[in-house]
This record gives sequence, C-alpha cells and structure tokens, in this order.
Amino acid sequence: MSKAPLLSVKNVKTHYGPVEALRGVSLDVHEGEIVALIGANGAGKSTLLMTICGDPRASEGQIVYDGNDITQTPLHQMVRLGIAQSPEGRRIFPRMSVLENLQLGAFAGDPANFEADIARVFRLFPRLAERSSQRAGTMSGGEQQMLAIGRALMSRPRLLLLDEPSLGLAPLLVAQIFDTIREINRSEAVTVLLVEQNAYHALRLAHRGYVLVNGAIRLSGTGPELLANPDIQQAYLAGGKG
Amino acid sequence: MEYLIQQLINGLTLGAIYGLIAIGYTMVYGIIGMINFAHGEVYMIGAFISIIAFTILGPFGFASPVLAIVIVLAVALIFTSVYGWAIERIAYRPLRGSFRLAPLISAIGVSIFLQNYVHMLQGAKMKPIQPVVRGGFVLAQEGNFVVQITYLQIGIIVATVALMAGFTYLIQRTSLGRAQRACEQDRKMAALLGVDVDRTISLTFVMGAALAAIAGLIFTLYYGAVDFFIGFLAGLKAFTAAVLGGIGSLPGAMLGGVLIGLIEAFWSAYFPIAYKDVAVFGILVVVLIFRPTGLLGRPDIEKV
Ligand SMILES: Nc1ncnc2c1ncn2[C@@H]1O[C@H](COP(=O)(O)OP(=O)(O)O)[C@@H](O)[C@H]1O
Ligand SMILES: [Mg+2]
Repeated sequence: MSKAPLLSVKNVKTHYGPVEALRGVSLDVHEGEIVALIGANGAGKSTLLMTICGDPRASEGQIVYDGNDITQTPLHQMVRLGIAQSPEGRRIFPRMSVLENLQLGAFAGDPANFEADIARVFRLFPRLAERSSQRAGTMSGGEQQMLAIGRALMSRPRLLLLDEPSLGLAPLLVAQIFDTIREINRSEAVTVLLVEQNAYHALRLAHRGYVLVNGAIRLSGTGPELLANPDIQQAYLAGGKG
Repeated sequence: MEYLIQQLINGLTLGAIYGLIAIGYTMVYGIIGMINFAHGEVYMIGAFISIIAFTILGPFGFASPVLAIVIVLAVALIFTSVYGWAIERIAYRPLRGSFRLAPLISAIGVSIFLQNYVHMLQGAKMKPIQPVVRGGFVLAQEGNFVVQITYLQIGIIVATVALMAGFTYLIQRTSLGRAQRACEQDRKMAALLGVDVDRTISLTFVMGAALAAIAGLIFTLYYGAVDFFIGFLAGLKAFTAAVLGGIGSLPGAMLGGVLIGLIEAFWSAYFPIAYKDVAVFGILVVVLIFRPTGLLGRPDIEKV
C-alpha cells in the first residue's frame, strides 16, 4: 500500500501517573481496512483507543490522522474529524432512551442527515428500532452493544474504533455482531480498528492485525498469517474458537 | 376558607421564587455533582441589579410598567448570567479533578465574598423602590377580610409556569438539553460524541443564573426592597426545595419550591410565624427519612 495511512500511531507512550501503559506503540490503519488489535487483559488495548481520541493524552510520540497531527486535538473535536468510538464497557447513557442515545451519536453531525442515518442504523440493528423508546440501561448486554455501535455510526465516521464488541455476548450474537462489522466496512466503506480478546473471530474478520503485549506491539501481519502463527495459537487461540 | 385561598395564592407566589432558584441548584448538582453554595448570592445579585435598573429608569418606569419590566429583565439577565459564568470559570473549574470538598469550600468562599462585595458597594441598608405594578382582582370578601390576587401575583405565577414548561422542553427535547444530560451521566463519553463539556457546564451555570435573576426580579417587584443578605435564607430554602424534590431532578426542584412556599404560607397563617423555618426543615427531615432521594429523585438502580 503506497498511499499514506488514514491513521498512523507513531511511537506513542501513555502514562497513568507513574505507570507506563503504552511503551512506544506504532501502528498504521489504511483507508478501507479492518485492523484487529489483540492482546491479553491489561495489555493496553483500551488505553490505545482512548489515546487516539485524546484522553489520556500521549505523553510521547505522534498520532497522525488523514495527514494531520491530532496528538493534541481536543477530545470533542475527534468526531468532527470522522473518528468515532464504541468504547470499552459500551458507555451508553443508561437513563436515556435508545433514540436519545442515537440522537447524541449525531450530536456533531448535520441534522439534515439524521433521518437517513438512523434508518441505516435501524436497518443494521432492527432490534434498536423495536426498542427505540426503551431506557437504554434496561436493555440486555447484546442490545447495549448494538446501541453503542449504532451510536458511533450516527456520526458517519470514516474511522470506527471498536473496543471489545463481543465481550459478554452469546456466541450467536457474537457472530452476528462480527457480520455487521464486516458489512459496515464493505458496503459503507468505513475503516475499522477493532480491539478484541476474541482473537479467532477478530483475526478471521480483519485484513491485518497487531498483537499488543504489555504496552508494546509484539507481532503484526495479515489475518491469516497471525492465525497460522504458532505463538498466537498457543497464547490467544488455546481455547479453540474462543 | 377565604383565608385559606389567600394563603394559597401567597404560597404559590413564594413557591415560584424558590422553585426558580432551586432549578439552578439542581442543574449544577446534576452536571458537576456539587452544591453551588454561591447560588443564593447570584439570586441576591439578580435582585440588586433589578432594583438598581428600576431606580435608574426612575419615573419613566412607573409610567410604563410593562416596558420597564422588560428592560430591567434584560439587564438583570445579562449581568447576572455573567456573574454565574464567571463564578464557575474562576472558582470551580480550576478545582475540577481536585478532592471532592475543594469546590464546595470554594463555593462558600464565593458566597461570603459576594455578600461582602455587595455590602461594600451598596451598603447595609434595605434598598426600596416604589411599587411598579399595582392593583388586582378581589376574588371574595367576607366582612373585613378581602381575598385578592394582584396583577403582579398573576404575572409571577403565569411567568413561572411558562418558564418551567419552556425549561423542561429545553432539557428534555433539544440537542443542548441532551448534551447536558449526557454530561451528567458520562462526561468522557459525551466528549467522544462531540459535546464540548466545558462549554456545556458553563451554559448550565448561565441558565441557573438566568433563572435566579428572574427570581431576583420577582422578589424586587413583590417585596419592593432588597438588601445584601436576602440570598442567604432564600438560597437555603431553595436548596432545601431542591433536596426535598430530589436533587438532580428538574420537576423535583419545581415541586419542592412550590411545596416549601405553600408550607411557609400555611404555617404562618395558622401557627406561630417564628417557627415557619423550623416547619420547613422539619418536613424536609421527615421526607428524607422515608424517601432519602427526595420526592421525585431516582434511586440509582441501573448502574452499568
Ligand atoms: N484509568 C486508569 N488509571 C490507572 N491505570 C489504568 C487506567 N486504565 C488502565 N490502566 C492500566 O493500564 C494498563 C492497560 O489497561 P487497558 O488499556 O485497560 O488494557 P486492555 O484494554 O488491553 O485490557 C493496565 O495495567 C491497567 O491496569
Ligand atoms: Mg480493554
């Protein structure tokens, strides 16, 4: 790929007080790709996604998006640049309705697009249409996950950051969420950076992947390469199709 | 019976003032989780700006009361909002992320500062004005006792109901209101969705101050005199109203305000007036024993 990447993380370090959670991470995401970031619990995956958005800030290194240095860009500007995140723990607004959560997803967007965008989200997740007036906090985990992804899509992102979308979901639902991610990527041309502990599914879906160990990238390669790698098989795929 | 109706009207008028101030407490608590103890002083400043503006308008104001009130309202809204905005910017924002009591202590400091500042500039004496709005309807008469609702009381109650309806709409149905509620529930997530959290918090203080300014103007019109100390007790009562209704709840603040206005009016009518504040706080205690989250407050059931 000769074109400049859409997102380029260059030697980024992130600290929580004295603790160094990211110890010089570099990775690239090209337009149109699905890139998986896998790693054990506590490796720094969520920290990396949040650092890309600017909270916590990178203490060293550089983050370049679409040719611009966004390392110091305020958090609330990211969505206007086209970066949306479905963060760790989903963070839906529990005391608001499903519809209100989606409206907030469109907060920074052009109101003229709202009807088309919500129709698109309801087409991808028909369940949300049925539940649009329900308080989000009373929905099941799977429904909340759909809402978190749908809310992120409401801003018409170019780059979608997904943090463990399969966490805590029943296997059937996991497959469904991954199908939807593929569809978002293929038919909507949204670039995806996907954080997963569920390495098997993530690497099968992704074009490329990175393995994060203790705040540093240990390995990278195409999805099939990483799936075939014996170290990965042992460390992350031991439980079979997890 | 006649007396009862008269006290109902008086109580509602008083409740309108408490309710408008209480909204400021409850909204700020909702969004940054602190009691803005300086809010009573913001209301006092709103009342002072109103009385000063009426004084400057002078004889003209009493010739055309409606126009005068509109002008004074605009002046009070603008200046009081600036105070509300500045208090947050100077005294609270730098302490965000500091230990929990820090902004509370700062709020008490701001409160003392503002009282003394007005005391210094305006003196300790009551500042009176001539009644701006006169007259009313006689609803009933029994012997010497006349039940009357003044034009001013009608105006106050109508304006308060309209303001509360408008405000509920703003918070529940508009993009700004959704952004405020989003900041209440999860600030970082709100920012990820494009909400400028600092600006939203500033706007919340400005809105609270604007409503306090209106309450101050109402007080000025209704009682005709203002001093630098009126913010203390009114602030305490309005804060009580917010807690009684359920702190963080907008309808709760309104309900709490009206209830406290009514309790005060009825207590003063039938029992020793010296104990009316005791009655108000006594009822607060009783309600909190049975409903610790206030009348309309929500227990936090759905933790994520
Ligand atoms: N808010 C925080 N404050 C302090 N340490 C944190 C915080 N968030 C994460 N960490 C630490 O940073 C490291 C990486 O965490 P995280 O990014 O959540 O990992 P992952 O998402 O891969 O499970 C862990 O050691 C974790 O304990
Ligand atoms: Mg994580």
